[in-house]
Amino acid sequence: MTTKISFRGVSKTFALKDTDFLALDRVDLDIADREFVTVVGPSGCGKSTLMSMAAGLVEPGTGEILLDGAPVAGPGPDRGVIFQQYALFPWLTVRKNVEFGLNLAPVPAQERRERAQRAIDLVGLTDFADALPKTLSGGMKQRCAIARAYAVNPKVLLMDEPFGALDALTRVQLQDQLLDTWSQERRTVMFITHDVDEAVYLANRVIVMAARPGRVHRVIDVDLPYPRTEELRLSPEFARIRNEVWHSVYHQTSAHAE
Amino acid sequence: MTALSVSQRPGDPPAPRRRRARRPARGIVLNVVAVAAGLAAWTGLSASGIQGLTGPVEVAVRGAELIADGTLTADLLASLRRVFTGFALGTALAVPVGFLMGWYATARALIEPYVQFFRTIPPLAIIPLAILLMGIGETPKVFVIFLAAFLSSVVATFQGVMDVDKTLINAARVLGASDRVIFLKVVVPASTPFIIVGMRVGLGAAWGTLVAAELIAAQEGLGYRMQQAQLYYDLPTIFVGLISIGVLGLAMDRLLQLAERRLTGWQERR
Ligand SMILES: Nc1ncnc2c1ncn2[C@@H]1O[C@H](COP(=O)(O)OP(=O)(O)O)[C@@H](O)[C@H]1O
Ligand SMILES: [Mg+2]
Repeated sequence: MTTKISFRGVSKTFALKDTDFLALDRVDLDIADREFVTVVGPSGCGKSTLMSMAAGLVEPGTGEILLDGAPVAGPGPDRGVIFQQYALFPWLTVRKNVEFGLNLAPVPAQERRERAQRAIDLVGLTDFADALPKTLSGGMKQRCAIARAYAVNPKVLLMDEPFGALDALTRVQLQDQLLDTWSQERRTVMFITHDVDEAVYLANRVIVMAARPGRVHRVIDVDLPYPRTEELRLSPEFARIRNEVWHSVYHQTSAHAE
Repeated sequence: MTALSVSQRPGDPPAPRRRRARRPARGIVLNVVAVAAGLAAWTGLSASGIQGLTGPVEVAVRGAELIADGTLTADLLASLRRVFTGFALGTALAVPVGFLMGWYATARALIEPYVQFFRTIPPLAIIPLAILLMGIGETPKVFVIFLAAFLSSVVATFQGVMDVDKTLINAARVLGASDRVIFLKVVVPASTPFIIVGMRVGLGAAWGTLVAAELIAAQEGLGYRMQQAQLYYDLPTIFVGLISIGVLGLAMDRLLQLAERRLTGWQERR
């Protein structure tokens, strides 16, 4: 398997009022092409910072981030980013939101409309294509944001707690929908969450991070077949992996001391 | 891509339908009742003989006279011309300057002290200086109105630009937007509500300044007409002037409110 994203000795320090705060300490992490990686860890351990650096929104302090072997220099449409706060343009309809990225690329009008429509259909917003974001529920807003990212056909999806603000039922639906799409199109996905169940259910590998300083604590393989199902979610094997992840997230001091 | 799940999900609200919200008729009835009651009270007060207070009928008669001989129209036009010239110039300059200040920290640091300083001076206090420097023609009046409109709009605009949600800017950047596109497609629309609020405040300031400027030095206009009426103890004319100012101010604010609703209807209201 080829490596898609590679973090090489990535550290990040933020200058606070009187001290320097080490948010990430020498992170090494390779994400393979078409892999679905989830990142969990306590709040403030640098998950968002790590993802923002892959997105090109934040520069690493030291170390480097490679995308297909080349250093990341700024954001680009090859990496789709989905934010927890949806970040839809509230003055644009669902369709115009989805077309936003397509308008920036040299895509002919006809193809632009078709691609936007396909993305909207894919996330089940067909009936709401001409609605403004303010009329949508949280789950629908996030589906719109996902469609907007899909429309430009990125090779990598970077998702920062995308379902964190949604109710449990909606969250499970969107997880299944995301896996459906991923199994068809096999993008590389880096998915941040604070929900251990979600982390295990979605991933090939779960990256557990630790705080102060932010670092990779453990990497746990999820040897469960796709498609992931309800049944699997209730299986003993799933429970075993979830407990392992849970333990390494919430008992980090003891795990670290070993 | 294939369509996987186009069906409606259980939690989804029904598909949106275009429907104009019906205005509560009760409110309008109460409005009319309140105005009628006010007019009645006014009539009663003037009938009970408060020194020199004229009643609504006299005022209406004077209004008709002033319209018939063309004075009111000429005054209205003179006043409106001043306020629109000053207001248009003021906001036309305020919007780009506000964007500049919101977008570039350097521009903000250079301009903000002046804006904050002049904002603390009531525009009317500038009048003596303006008259000395610009004479007693139209220029000083338009200038003072311009200043009033500019100062309130510029602050609102640059606050609007500064308050643009950083996540929206990031969302545009990761889709490949350049700085120019971010400015035009994200910052401008996102700060429109602030700009319009600034324009409404600016228009109010312009209107208030106008009348005062005309009270001091003018040959025509609503303020001038009221000033003259005061010399001749002509209360009905003063009332006609006051009512015209109120009605015009209200109409202009409503117009901007309408524009606001059209341009910023996408906002989530809580
Ligand atoms: N721009 C910034 N300036 C200063 N501190 C920051 C900045 N961004 C993040 N941090 C700090 O870095 C740490 C990691 O933040 P973040 O990546 O958002 O963590 P997480 O997403 O895991 O909750 C936090 O302690 C946060 O306060
Ligand atoms: Mg975070």
